[in-house]
Amino acid sequence: MTEQVQVLTSRWGEPDAYQLGKFRELDGYASLDAAFGKSPEDLVQVVKDSGLRGRGGAGFPTGMKWGFLAKGTGKPTYLVVNADESEPGTFKDMELLERDPHALVEGVIVSSYAIGCRNAFIYLRGECGWPGRRLQAAIDAAYDDGLLGRNIKGSGFDLDVVLHRGAGAYICGEETALLSSLEGQRGQPKLRPPFPAVEGLYRAPTTVNNVETIATVPWIVRNGVDWFRSMGSDKSPGPKLFSVSGDVVRPGNYEFPLGVPAREVIMDAAGGLLDGKTLKAWTPGGSSTPMLTADHLDTPMDFEGITGAGSLLGTAAVMVFSEDVCMVRACLNFTEFYAHESCGKCTPCREGTDWMRKILSRLESGQGRPDDMDTLKDICDSIFGRVFCALGDGATSPIVSALKFFRDEFDEHVSGGGCPFPGARVAVAAH
Amino acid sequence: MPLSDQTLARAEELIARYPQRRSALLPILFLLQAEDGYVSPAGVAQAAQLLGLTKAEVGAVATFYTMFRRRPVGKYLVSVCKTLPCQLRGSREISAAIAERLDVPLGGTDQSGMVTIEEVECLAACDGAPVVQVNTENYERLSTSEAMELLESLLRDEVPPPTFAADGSVTEPSTAALHWRLAGLGDPPAGFAGTAAAGAGASANGQAGERSIGREPSPPEPTEQREAGEPQPSEGAGAAAPEAPTEPEPQDPEAAHEAPGDEGPAPEGTAPEGSPERRQPADGPPTGRVADGGEGRDRSSTAPPDEAGEGR
Repeated sequence: MTEQVQVLTSRWGEPDAYQLGKFRELDGYASLDAAFGKSPEDLVQVVKDSGLRGRGGAGFPTGMKWGFLAKGTGKPTYLVVNADESEPGTFKDMELLERDPHALVEGVIVSSYAIGCRNAFIYLRGECGWPGRRLQAAIDAAYDDGLLGRNIKGSGFDLDVVLHRGAGAYICGEETALLSSLEGQRGQPKLRPPFPAVEGLYRAPTTVNNVETIATVPWIVRNGVDWFRSMGSDKSPGPKLFSVSGDVVRPGNYEFPLGVPAREVIMDAAGGLLDGKTLKAWTPGGSSTPMLTADHLDTPMDFEGITGAGSLLGTAAVMVFSEDVCMVRACLNFTEFYAHESCGKCTPCREGTDWMRKILSRLESGQGRPDDMDTLKDICDSIFGRVFCALGDGATSPIVSALKFFRDEFDEHVSGGGCPFPGARVAVAAH
Repeated sequence: MPLSDQTLARAEELIARYPQRRSALLPILFLLQAEDGYVSPAGVAQAAQLLGLTKAEVGAVATFYTMFRRRPVGKYLVSVCKTLPCQLRGSREISAAIAERLDVPLGGTDQSGMVTIEEVECLAACDGAPVVQVNTENYERLSTSEAMELLESLLRDEVPPPTFAADGSVTEPSTAALHWRLAGLGDPPAGFAGTAAAGAGASANGQAGERSIGREPSPPEPTEQREAGEPQPSEGAGAAAPEAPTEPEPQDPEAAHEAPGDEGPAPEGTAPEGSPERRQPADGPPTGRVADGGEGRDRSSTAPPDEAGEGR
């Protein structure tokens, strides 16, 4: 049995932790002295040694990402925090900002100091009202207290932080699209290289890191690499927030060391399936990660474990579906999402997501044809790996995995002239 | 001009935050929307002038993001999450019921101009499914009847406190106030609460009333869930105009692909603009996007021809 841990969630039980005074009482901002006592290079090394991997989905080693930042360019270096949390099923960053917004501000200060950033930006979804106000209030309080601005705590280090609101576009969670958006442009991804570490915001060296990643950094600085590595596995160390939703008794965020078996997250922490139903499928990291089944419940939830099971850890957003969820309808819902959110830059994604939406829609409504499943696979093949960013690849995940595990269900939709599940009618987006 | 001199000075404050002026475009579009109710052609022109851009450049950006409106929205923007975890718990039923009660298609605004109803994608609060937002504040784990109660309150110009009211969350008293807030200039000035007496229970100082909608300790009724994953009862609950299969332009209530200003500032969805939903005939993968432009975003990579101020 893996114990839940309380690192990022350690202050969540304290309703006033969002206030600076309370946050300090709970050892908030305690990492600053430790950080300012080190050289920026040493700090980057600490993060490298910790093995911290990005919590936004890709799992790229954070210290290495920082290490790639171009030096001596004569341009400023920027830290941009990705708070555009939009992956279906993911709600960890928003809860963190609601409950413990100073944790992010503290992380921004320490991380900015490490990489030599004097202007940091936090790109937050426009649709999330309350996390936004909590975070802005925390930033304001930090300025008032001399934690941001000039000569922070007598360190000689200056830092300004701007909270920038998105305006409704999932694609802006992709780092190059996010930077385009922050520059006041359409949020469309750019070809890499050049990577943002070389040419990012305003073509200056930039690192884009997820909220949870940045909020984790102060803990590493305070408690050390060995402490951090005492959780999780060698390649995927540390604590991680798991967002559990769907057909479970207790949906919510749960913090575990990486590597916790999925069974313990779904069946124990989240209370198992609603109404004693049986588990049919689950996503390990949002809709963009291939679905897994009850056969995979003992898979360790870390980057390697989930990859070994044929999926991806993604954002660790565990959406749980019981026996009475129609997989065609589930795929249709997700595909509506991708068709709506595709930025339109790459033809395979722009057109393919829409085609797949239409095919799934007709399968669900009883107008499917026997070769539709092959067509779906074919379209997925034409999207995956043939687009600029991960959105298109992600759009194929639900369909490819559903066809792999639940092909019979698709066939039934054709042979039976429609959806065999109760209450099923076409659930096509009406917008 | 859309922005008053006073607000224009505040816009400079926004611009000064960024190393490059253009970065302030999204905040300024929110500001324009706060003052005008939508991104108007004149607003596009003003933003362009302010930032040294062409109107086409501003229009291209404004049409990319779903939160920028090309028609005025109601005082309260009700957004219902339609993504799977919410759909499994009844969100479709809620959005359909609200649209029916308001007698508008999704995306539409009721006759009184009080409430706009829309379906949106994942709102990052899936543990609170189904999630309904009013002016981007969450009302979680609502049954359909609770959602309808919420709607009736809004129609009376009363704003019940959101789910996390006890923790300090309040609902912005109007979309104007919301858009001002999103621009990043802090508390909206007096007057942004809208004309009606600012919503009870959502006073600007952040003191919410005690009653909170939703947030039940126990999971929602299973019976309601499965009926949930359901489609709109009618194609968009009203205003279902005949399909126009050869019409390449979208007929979405938000007129997704239109340049700002192509239409007058009629409230969203009040004009009989056609069905928001076009079911596809069961023919193989369509070879084009004809007759199906319902997406909420303009995905063409180029801006419409210097569109922006011409609708005037």
